[in-house]
Amino acid sequence: MGPKDPARDETVLRLSGITKRFGALVANDEISFALAKGEVVALLGENGAGKTTLMNILFGHYTADEGTVEVFGAPLPPGQPGAALAAGVGMVHQHFTLADNMTVLENIQLGTEPLWRLGLGRSAARRRVARLAQDFGLAVDPDARVGTLSVGERQRVEILKALYREARILILDEPTAVLTPQEAEALFETLRKMVAQGLSVIFISHKLHEVMAISSRVLVLRHGRLVGEVATRDTDRHALATLMVGAEIAAPEPTQARPGAVLMTLDRVETPPRGNRPGLRGVDLALRAGQILGLAGVSGNGQGALADLISGLEGPIAGRLRVGEAEVTRWSPRAALAAGVGRIPEDRHKTGTIADFTLTENAVLESYARPPTANHGWMNWRAAREAAQEIIAKYDVRCPGPETRIRLLSGGNMQKLILGRVLEAAPRIILANQPVRGLDIGAVTYVQEQLIAARNAGAAVLLISEDLDEILTLSDVIRVISDGRLSPEFARGEKTAAELGQWMAGQGFDHAA
Amino acid sequence: MRLEPIAAPSHARTLGLPALAIAATVLVAALLAALAGANPLQTFGLIVKGAVGSKFATLETLNRATPLIFTGLAVAVAFRAKLWNIGAEAQLYAGALVTVLIGTQMGLPGPLALPIMALAAVLAGALTLLGPVLLKTRLGVDEVVTTLLLNFIMALFISYLLEGPLKDPMGMGWPKSPALPRDARLPRIVEGLRLHWGFALALICAAGVWLIQTRTTLGYEIRAVGQNPQAARFAGIPVGRVLVKTALISGGLAALAGFSEVAGLKGNLTSDLSPGFGYTGIIVAMLALLHPLGVVVSALFVAGIFVGADSMSRAAEVPTYIADILLAAALLFMVLAILLTRFRVVRG
Repeated sequence: MGPKDPARDETVLRLSGITKRFGALVANDEISFALAKGEVVALLGENGAGKTTLMNILFGHYTADEGTVEVFGAPLPPGQPGAALAAGVGMVHQHFTLADNMTVLENIQLGTEPLWRLGLGRSAARRRVARLAQDFGLAVDPDARVGTLSVGERQRVEILKALYREARILILDEPTAVLTPQEAEALFETLRKMVAQGLSVIFISHKLHEVMAISSRVLVLRHGRLVGEVATRDTDRHALATLMVGAEIAAPEPTQARPGAVLMTLDRVETPPRGNRPGLRGVDLALRAGQILGLAGVSGNGQGALADLISGLEGPIAGRLRVGEAEVTRWSPRAALAAGVGRIPEDRHKTGTIADFTLTENAVLESYARPPTANHGWMNWRAAREAAQEIIAKYDVRCPGPETRIRLLSGGNMQKLILGRVLEAAPRIILANQPVRGLDIGAVTYVQEQLIAARNAGAAVLLISEDLDEILTLSDVIRVISDGRLSPEFARGEKTAAELGQWMAGQGFDHAA
Repeated sequence: MRLEPIAAPSHARTLGLPALAIAATVLVAALLAALAGANPLQTFGLIVKGAVGSKFATLETLNRATPLIFTGLAVAVAFRAKLWNIGAEAQLYAGALVTVLIGTQMGLPGPLALPIMALAAVLAGALTLLGPVLLKTRLGVDEVVTTLLLNFIMALFISYLLEGPLKDPMGMGWPKSPALPRDARLPRIVEGLRLHWGFALALICAAGVWLIQTRTTLGYEIRAVGQNPQAARFAGIPVGRVLVKTALISGGLAALAGFSEVAGLKGNLTSDLSPGFGYTGIIVAMLALLHPLGVVVSALFVAGIFVGADSMSRAAEVPTYIADILLAAALLFMVLAILLTRFRVVRG
């Protein structure tokens, strides 16, 4: 099955001249495209390019200011969530919308059939689900509670649910963000089976290699505009990246690391589990000066627990934590800061900054109690403003001024302020938890270069990321986290992405233990 | 219809909407006055005249504003940290109770009496709020419920004391405490004018709270904890300790209302010392958008409406309830105006 020519095939979905404005911002600017039966179209674009807005319009969550949507030749009434579903469009969101306490089968039936009928017709539903699962390679136990399933299995349930509702068009929003490379490959296999049977897929992503692997056509969005539409076989990753960003980009190239003394040690550390996410289970870890340790892993495998431990939010319930040679007894965010730990948190909006505080107020969030920002309990706002201005200038934070509320900044500029706040404190140990997630490529490169520079200056960097490419590019040594356990340390280049993927899926730990 | 956040509200919104809220309040009041059969314009005229029309009226308004400034500040300080102190009423009575106890029982020498009474009152109010806050920070108990219920516990406790151990033997059977001796009364600011030093103390407190909020690390911590406790905790701000400090300040301020009413105005403790000053403090603080200096203005406004409406209802045949309705309408419109400065209503 090769890519098809959409002009000759049956068009299943057509968007014409979709425009959506939010105040002065044009989120979608006259976007038109058609989806043909039996093809996978990739929608490629950076964060904020307008992909999500476009899908929200398709699903009736927003009403477009201009333009129309046609599904199977019939116009879709605007602003009615449910109209798209009824017309045969299904969506698998980045964050799943399943009820944890119900079984797979109940979840699939939920919303499809009236509540009082859920118990009835179950055997018929079970047969249908089993057939769909077999046809499309979506193996999952229909009687398992969703809460006990892995992330990959939940995604399969979401897809099954869409298929059960007789979706002929399936939209997947960043579906591989939570998957190991092997699970992603299995997902692609499913998608190939679906298009072979005449379904159509819109695959939303910002990962170029996946777009190259699965799609037959690529639509590139930039700043709300459709800037490119190319057949996948006629393009390559580099050309797509240039289209997506609008400029040539170069990934940072780390120089040879010169690792020094061990600055932080975890010795058989345990932390309590949180909900259905594991805590740390007997973790040994050593962070060395002048080295970036990359922690790979699928989301929700204990990264949060490790980050909370190192940033001081939580102490170990067993095992030891040492900074340098000294064992830590009283551990708190303030103690971590005092011990020279710089923290770039995972969520820059909720944890890293206070949205309604100004840049000045956010810049001194971790240092407000010390001179020169404060003296005997009195704030010195002039000193605070100078500190903010220094960060703004040195780290190229684009903003109207230090008295601007930080909520008005883009994610990239917000992250640069956090980065400046952390690095200006000259930390010996740096925790960077998903430091570039959601940033545009220019900001990604900048943040990564700064982390490399800090490592070259002798800091020990712990880089936590779900993006294996990022880990492979930046790390001097790599470890994999799975279900709260850490793999052995692998040197740069020792393991391929596929081999790391096996560790991410939890293979190999039993032999190592 | 749904709400969509506005990133940077324009001046037209931030200034125009509150103005519109005031206009709407006036309109509602005019309708009510007309409904009662009075001429709205004349009614307003009488309210204004009753509030500030004479030296006596103005002083009465200032006197009435004094406890409202204290309770308004108490609420404003707490709400800034998103600590929902609904219990200013209980803290007020705690302050009043301790004021009377020390003033009548200890026989302190003149110049020492008032400062010690005030300090003890602050302590009593602070401790009254400390319990609910520790329950909140330690066990996650909702402080709205605990502070609200404490109001009733305190009211009944005061009632019991006034009928029992604290009852004035010379009180002709009325449930009231013995009166404070002369040394333990707040003097008037100007001899002959019915305005006591409690009002000046309230203004000093407002300035003090403003200084704390804008110039000290504690004020910074309080705002950080109120706006985003998660980020505050991550940044190393001791969230629980900041909430406790906030509670001590808030409870202390509310208690000063009780101190000032007893030592400055009434001279003894009765169970109707406060006609809901603690609750009205919430309105005062909200109308002031939690700004401590704004609290002074809005307390004067609210007090003026109460005093003016009292005098108006004597002159015209409009019931004095109009003051309550006016304030309720002002609060609702103001809250709506605040909401609409930060969100716009969109269709679909």
